[in-house]
Amino acid sequence: MSVAVGRTSPRAQLGTQAPRIILGILGLVVVVWLAIKASQGGTTFIQVTLNGITTAALYFVVAAGFTLIFGLMRVVNMAHGSLYLFGGYVAYIAQTHWFGGGGSQFSLGGASTTSIAGFFVPLAFATLVIGLVGLGIQQLLLRWNQGQDLRQALITIAVSVIFADQMVAHYGGIVQSIQQPTSWPNSITIGALRYGFFRITVVLGSAIVIGVLLYLLFKHTRFGMTIRAGVDDRAMLSALGVNVQLVFAGAFFLGAMLAGFGGVLGGTMISVGPGLDTQFLLDALIVVIIGGMGSLVGAAIGALLLGLVQSYSAIYLHFGSLDLSNYGVMTSFILVIAVLAVRPLGLFGRAA
Amino acid sequence: MSTVANTPTRSWPPRGAALLGWAVLAAVGVVLLLAPLIFDLFWLSQILTQALWLGIAAVSLTFLYRYGGMTSLAQVAIYGIAGFAMGNVVHTINSEGGLNLGWTPWLGVVFGIVVAVLLGLLFGAIASRSYGIYFLMITLALSLFVFYFFGQVTQLSGFGGIRSVSRPGYLGDPITHPSPLYYTCLGCSVAVYLLLRYMVRTPFGIALQGIRDDPGRMSSLGYHVALHRALAFALGAFVASIAGVLSVWFNTQISPGSINIQQTIAVLIIAVIGGLSRLEGAWIGALAYALIDYYARQHTPTLGLWLNPGRFATIIGVVFLLIVLLSPDGLIGIGTRVWALVTRRGREAEPGTAAAAPTAEATLEKAGTMATGGPPSSGRQEA
Repeated sequence: MSVAVGRTSPRAQLGTQAPRIILGILGLVVVVWLAIKASQGGTTFIQVTLNGITTAALYFVVAAGFTLIFGLMRVVNMAHGSLYLFGGYVAYIAQTHWFGGGGSQFSLGGASTTSIAGFFVPLAFATLVIGLVGLGIQQLLLRWNQGQDLRQALITIAVSVIFADQMVAHYGGIVQSIQQPTSWPNSITIGALRYGFFRITVVLGSAIVIGVLLYLLFKHTRFGMTIRAGVDDRAMLSALGVNVQLVFAGAFFLGAMLAGFGGVLGGTMISVGPGLDTQFLLDALIVVIIGGMGSLVGAAIGALLLGLVQSYSAIYLHFGSLDLSNYGVMTSFILVIAVLAVRPLGLFGRAA
Repeated sequence: MSTVANTPTRSWPPRGAALLGWAVLAAVGVVLLLAPLIFDLFWLSQILTQALWLGIAAVSLTFLYRYGGMTSLAQVAIYGIAGFAMGNVVHTINSEGGLNLGWTPWLGVVFGIVVAVLLGLLFGAIASRSYGIYFLMITLALSLFVFYFFGQVTQLSGFGGIRSVSRPGYLGDPITHPSPLYYTCLGCSVAVYLLLRYMVRTPFGIALQGIRDDPGRMSSLGYHVALHRALAFALGAFVASIAGVLSVWFNTQISPGSINIQQTIAVLIIAVIGGLSRLEGAWIGALAYALIDYYARQHTPTLGLWLNPGRFATIIGVVFLLIVLLSPDGLIGIGTRVWALVTRRGREAEPGTAAAAPTAEATLEKAGTMATGGPPSSGRQEA
């Protein structure tokens, strides 16, 4: 594969212009369409855009872990969605058992109150647990298959199958949600706009903090330097006396922790239930396919594109009396095709 | 589906290992032909017929992997497209879901296959410039797109699926007379197997294998790499669409749930359990899958919530994990090793074959056909 990825076919060089022109026109149409919609209802437009951005923030947290693991180890962690969902469940269980909070999505909180610690302790606990679970998967199953990327992908697929079934067995099919602290407001008001407090502060805030921290970690710490060196030349790094296995373990632990952290955020912002593992695996896949595997900036841009496209197409796919909003999934599909047509390795992807 | 057609001795009459091989092949053939007389209705339908159409779905993946180096997870999506396209245009008896255009079943078959192959060509064109693990991810994303599409667009998928899809008259009642469908699946399996065996020997198939081994070199030689890969993907889509038609006839319905990620992974599991190194592995894997399915639901001991008869997915996941960890070449690989032990004396013409057993590709290479060995990323260290 290492030979194959970098090359492009003769046709790709010859025919790059046609897709670019088509995409340019398509992008222009979308922008004009959104501008018309924005002029018709400014508040709604801002709300929809904020929905897109906060969803993108969650996607970024999940996809950053995915792309981190891939970037260093060439492991496509197909169990990433399972780790995400398991993180949500661990936090939910911890919250219900230790703090008596939690509850069905449809019971409006009622008698139970959630303290600040009642949210953050389960969050930290679940993040740590998922990090350790990921580390276990890496040490027990993946470590001795290093370099066989397809086999590792199959192993993680097997793990995700087992996880999905066991989570249904233990936690059932009912959709739950993790409670945010009761003392926090449900929404905040900015001018004429009311928006969900948790989404815009906690989710968006932690995505930005995580993004910045990961950037600093990569660019300005020894660990980050080692990771980047490992991406470029693993054998050389090892020859220089760095314990590559330790770096791998650390990166996998970190990547899994991000999945678990995202699971708790998602479990609070949306819900925890069967099928979300697949949903978020797909989202993480799309984000990194668009953004380019292994690129942190790519993950951010990809998450933003996907979040916005999903959010706009959920609301704005009405053309007069024609309601196409249940074709919303097609827009993400078109987004992926559009990016791959121009850049087969994603926007910020580079050859292995 | 014995695997002995390629034993080194080509002389006739066959002797030694070759004779044993032909005998096994003949026995399997007789059993398959006389299956309706040997097995009861349940076995014929739920085990054998199901294994045959699942095998066709899986062999499309095995073919793409083995000869094109493409691990496609979109095969279930494509058979779903064929099934849904057919289900929408043919008459559905209680008009439950779908467009119900009232076409004849055979016209529906043609339509379903054509739609699936065209979309397969599109998918192939999208994915054909990606390799290895990227290809796997992109096809998985495509597969999930198709699943969510049919889940959301209820005009095309009905609410909870298209039920009572009408079938050609000769198939009769699926419960009391499963043998017409069984023979249809058997015939399709043999035809698909022969078609794929033929295709890999054509100039197209040889070029495809060259591309699998070294796309850069093939491109320098003037081959259109992306086109070859896209066309191979379309051929895989054709095979998968046959499985889609048969699955709808088998289940008499299709719903978004029949093409979800569990089914996508099931077909992958079947192909891997059977062994990706030979086309026959697909059917062997499908038979194993159907048997595990049947026995797991009956005889699984109960260990609290962790393990009980409802935990089929856990069991198949563990089997899959063990196969991937211990025998990446699947049951075929295990069989090959046993075969090498049994017929060691008869295979002296090929020194070192038995010793090289851990890497199945090496064992299974037909001398002279391919110089550089198996698909790009299985069981081999890569830099």
